[in-house]
Amino acid sequence: MSKALLYDSTVCIGCKQCEQACATQNKLQYDDTIAAEEFQSEHKLTAVLTRGDKFMRRLCMNCQDPSCASVCPVGALQKTAAGPVTYDPSKCMGCRYCMVACPFGVPKYEWSKLVPKVQKCTMCPDRVAQGKPTACAEICPTGATKFGERDELIAEAQQRIRENPGKYVDHIYGLSEVGGTSVLLLSAVPFETFGYKTSLSKDPLPMLTYRVLSHIPEFVPLGGMMLGGIWWITHRREEVALVEGKTPETGKKNGRNL
Amino acid sequence: MNLASLTGSNKTFRFTFWKLVFFFLMAAGLYATFVRFTQGLGASTHLTDQFPWGIWISFDVLCGVMLAAGGFTLTAAVHIFNIKRMHSIIRPTILTAFLGYVLVCMALMYDLGKPYNIWHPLIMRNPHSVMFEVAYCVMLYTTVLALEFSPIVLERFGLQRPLKVVRTILIPLVITGVILSTLHQSSLGTLYLIVPEKLHPFWYSPLLPVFFFLSAIAVGLAMTIFESSMSARHLGLQLELPVLQELGRVLVVVLGLYAILRFEDLARRGVLPLTVRPGYEMYLFWLEITLAILLPLALLVQSRVRSSPTGLYWSAVLVVLGFITNRMNVSITGFEGSTGVRYFPKWSEVAVTGMVIGAGFALFGLAVKYLPIFPREHLALQEQSAEPMEAVAVAPVLEHAGD
Repeated sequence: MSKALLYDSTVCIGCKQCEQACATQNKLQYDDTIAAEEFQSEHKLTAVLTRGDKFMRRLCMNCQDPSCASVCPVGALQKTAAGPVTYDPSKCMGCRYCMVACPFGVPKYEWSKLVPKVQKCTMCPDRVAQGKPTACAEICPTGATKFGERDELIAEAQQRIRENPGKYVDHIYGLSEVGGTSVLLLSAVPFETFGYKTSLSKDPLPMLTYRVLSHIPEFVPLGGMMLGGIWWITHRREEVALVEGKTPETGKKNGRNL
Repeated sequence: MNLASLTGSNKTFRFTFWKLVFFFLMAAGLYATFVRFTQGLGASTHLTDQFPWGIWISFDVLCGVMLAAGGFTLTAAVHIFNIKRMHSIIRPTILTAFLGYVLVCMALMYDLGKPYNIWHPLIMRNPHSVMFEVAYCVMLYTTVLALEFSPIVLERFGLQRPLKVVRTILIPLVITGVILSTLHQSSLGTLYLIVPEKLHPFWYSPLLPVFFFLSAIAVGLAMTIFESSMSARHLGLQLELPVLQELGRVLVVVLGLYAILRFEDLARRGVLPLTVRPGYEMYLFWLEITLAILLPLALLVQSRVRSSPTGLYWSAVLVVLGFITNRMNVSITGFEGSTGVRYFPKWSEVAVTGMVIGAGFALFGLAVKYLPIFPREHLALQEQSAEPMEAVAVAPVLEHAGD
């Protein structure tokens, strides 16, 4: 069973303790200036956004079938069975395809460093492995961010929407976006308000490239056979012509092979 | 540019305009290299989290690989389809392709955040990644091109035994090269299949791999015409006009096929109405379509144009410029809307690209000078001509080689 986070923005009070705990967990600097930044960056892996009296968290969605892990040529990004999408900087060669591919624009790069890493929330894989909640969920004073089994959290989210008519937008963000994510969001106002795209496909995006890639093993022998066959035919014609005493099209112009 | 002077064929060293340009490109490029490797990508590029790929990917890699497509197109035509008439132009084409790939590898070292990890795909494999496929295609096809190029070097030094070995494996080698190129050219389009919600509908299509492959063939043919014309003009070689006319005819068919597929695809996805709604993307879309398809097709369907060296030359130039625009649109223009960021390269990004192009010019010039690239009887013809080598400007031949 995979773990997930349920963030209910109607319960959030915008205290930003999750940001602080996240910075501590990931050994990143945190101060008032950084707290005021309302976007994820290479030094801020989760951000609490404020729109009037409404709040919303942004963090890596830790997709069920993540584009980033699918596109990483060296497997530096991995989806773990427990839920987190982890990153191994020692494998990374810095091609940044993950940043291009992520439908949520999550992975950030340490542009100013000579030995740069990709930075993103990895859903505290070490803590999750020990059976502990993520740092952000543990610190949350109101229970706005809740850690648990994904199935149970979905049931709970559905129940909250059902039991509080009119309170929520009737949508659990992350339930089916790009095939589902390990971060689930509830909101009282449309998700677009906070930059969440609601037009995303319900199917996992990696299928789009894998559909093409999966044909390579068939293509190589078929293509080889076909080209070899064409070579055979075109050169056979020449041999036949020679035997029949006709001059082939033109001789080798320079007597060279390449 | 005066290639003869560039490669030092004249005894006294003189500064010419093109030589100055070359040294300027090298100096600027080396300084940019210093900035890139001492201060990192942030200081040397305008790349951001919203725009992680810039011209080092768009131009140096996407266009570079596309411009090298003449290599597999021509080797397939000559060795697989046995079109012997094209034999005389195959060596400069292979040289271009080989230089193109070497320079793509060089440019990649600038763009990768940790270039010293470039070998990682060899042991850390993720076959679900298009980038993994790209990495293998680059490695393997560069090797194949080196082998296809090797007879030229071996012949120069009279090394008969290795020459015999390469010639024995030539056909399997060519077939491998064609397959790898097919995979590589199309895979650069496949890269973008995973971003349906980010790439503008003018350029996002499930057919991207097909478009990239077909246009690579078109550009391969156009580059061959371009390069032969330039060589003829500036090296004083005999122009292979009948061969180029034939390439022109094939080019019409390939461009026609591409145009039909492209517009059928736009129609099926319901994007056609967008093509008449004025806007930033719309203008760049039509610039691309006009340069790559409309003008060259309008020119090349006329036999009058196909039988004129100038007509063929300009049609080829249009095709090359048009598809360069296409690659830039797919990788830059198409992302500006969804990311809400305008990307414009920093001076150092341009300087590195300029240096790569300059290096291509110089290497092509050196190869032509010291290796048997052009057919012997043509060079003989040129040696007999009264025109001295140094009076001939050849560097534009290299225009393509640098990418």
